[in-house]
Amino acid sequence: MHPVLKTVLQRLGLGLLTLFVVSVMIFASLEMLPGGFAEAILGQGATPETVAAFNHQLGLDRPAALRYFEWIGNVLHGDFGYSYAGAGGSIKKSVSAIIAPRLYNTFFLAIMTAIFAVPLALFLGIMAALHRNSLFDRAVNAATLTTIATPEFFIAYLLMFFFAIQLKWFPSLSTVSEGTSLLEHIYRAALPSITLTLVIVAHMMRMTRAALINLLASPYMEMARLKGVSQRDAIIHHALPNAWAPIATVIAFNLAYLVVGVVVVEVVFVYPGIGQLMVDSVSSRNMPVVQACALIFAATYILLNLSADIVSIVTNPRLLHPK
Amino acid sequence: MTAQAPQLRSVRARRTFWENTKRTLASAPISAWFGMIVILIYVLAAIFAPWLAPHGEAEVVGKAYQPAGEQFFLGTDQIGRDLFSRLIYGARNTIGIAFLTTLLSFAIGGTLGVLTALKRGWLDQAISRVVDAFLAIPVLIFALMLLAVAGKSILNLILILALLDSTRVFRLARATALNVVVMDYVEAAKLRGEKMGWIIFKEVLPNILPPLITEFGLRFCFVFLTIAALSFLGVGIQPPTADWGSMVAESKTLITFPVRTFPWIPAPFYPAMAIALLTVAINFVVDWFLHKTSGLRDEK
Repeated sequence: MHPVLKTVLQRLGLGLLTLFVVSVMIFASLEMLPGGFAEAILGQGATPETVAAFNHQLGLDRPAALRYFEWIGNVLHGDFGYSYAGAGGSIKKSVSAIIAPRLYNTFFLAIMTAIFAVPLALFLGIMAALHRNSLFDRAVNAATLTTIATPEFFIAYLLMFFFAIQLKWFPSLSTVSEGTSLLEHIYRAALPSITLTLVIVAHMMRMTRAALINLLASPYMEMARLKGVSQRDAIIHHALPNAWAPIATVIAFNLAYLVVGVVVVEVVFVYPGIGQLMVDSVSSRNMPVVQACALIFAATYILLNLSADIVSIVTNPRLLHPK
Repeated sequence: MTAQAPQLRSVRARRTFWENTKRTLASAPISAWFGMIVILIYVLAAIFAPWLAPHGEAEVVGKAYQPAGEQFFLGTDQIGRDLFSRLIYGARNTIGIAFLTTLLSFAIGGTLGVLTALKRGWLDQAISRVVDAFLAIPVLIFALMLLAVAGKSILNLILILALLDSTRVFRLARATALNVVVMDYVEAAKLRGEKMGWIIFKEVLPNILPPLITEFGLRFCFVFLTIAALSFLGVGIQPPTADWGSMVAESKTLITFPVRTFPWIPAPFYPAMAIALLTVAINFVVDWFLHKTSGLRDEK
């Protein structure tokens, strides 16, 4: 078998294994409570009968391993079970039905952010690396260090204050519904998207700069320069083939970072995404929804990191031409 | 022959710890000085909160949403508590809880990291694989889920974040300790029959301290921001405890009202700026410390 294929398959296997372990951890978190989840919800004073009834209603009285495989089997079919909210009443709402429209909104926001942020960050990072220690480099560095160190909600409120309340360019709350048109959706999601862009551009730009500087200092780049290759050719033919791997890692790493940033930003702008749903469900301890959200976030995070790994393997010239 | 012994100049006394500290500080750049002064002010505010704050932490002293003025330096919040006092108490609560969490996370992660580097074997394998799985999920997401299971309380918050963060500390401690445990002096200590505790704390730990201290600064920032985010989301530190993250959330509606009095800044920005200033300050100091201890330069 080709060594590249072998390594890629190994990586995929490892990624699937991680996903499995993580899903077990998410499932098991409910089991770890001393006294069980029922007692935590119903309180210490609950009679054994109420606890048993509660457990039976939620199906918690059956063996954990059995419930895990049932749960994960259903999840693979897109069925996350039923929400606890209204579980005792007549209407049972399926978690998938709650999540689906919100998942679309969150991905909409994330993709919109990525389209702006990735080219911008790469451009800034490459410029900063090429003009190292210039005024531009220092200014961008100071600005990004400050952005990284500030909480997302601070940036979000600053933007909201200036662009929504003072200048009135954008709406301060990003309410969208299913009937919202595409343009309207983009307009309403603009402020959350700009907030996320500022946060991840800072990370991405710094990492791109560091990776490129590392590369530009390598002996073969010096050799290329010494033998008289022009700056442009040196970068395109000598630096770039080796830069794909670090750049892909940087992009994937930061898109994965979006997963976390999106939670806070959605709450600030009341954007109906999956992050806001998760926070609401944590407050009401609606576990099926929380677990479904956690699993989706974790899976996205793992898959993004996995794809970065694979890109860096595939683009590695040393692996493509084995000795 | 012996009479002509070379005249040795008197050996200069070794610099004391304080002299060394002074020399190091004198060479610190402005950004690091700025950072250290800001951190010092925060620490003083946190320690002396009850004496500095004009009013009590949860004391209702006026009408709701009073503007900033002579009576209330920064105005009052939604139920008439003095914002300035709450900001000062917030320093104590927010920084204190974050500091405690980071200490706990280093105690767990650091000790386990060094221990597994020394022992290797199946325990190392088991812990490392579990840690890998933990690293595959973002801290904020995992913390949200565990808080939903365990319920919202300050103790749960500290324990959960310390546990999640210790996996990050473990990785670094183990990786740096692996380079030290193969040294001859560790071997000598083992042959001498020293106990495990001695080897961990007297042989290995002092030699991996500089990277761990830098990491402590960064982890503290991270924990501090995570706690602020969780409190902002309403699942972290609960009212009436004054805390900067939840104060932003409590006063967020004020952002839409024009501010007509002195500081000209809407109320949610005070606690948010307090958070941002501290993390920027710590980052400046850590940046400088990193350059100093590792001689790290990103240029060649």
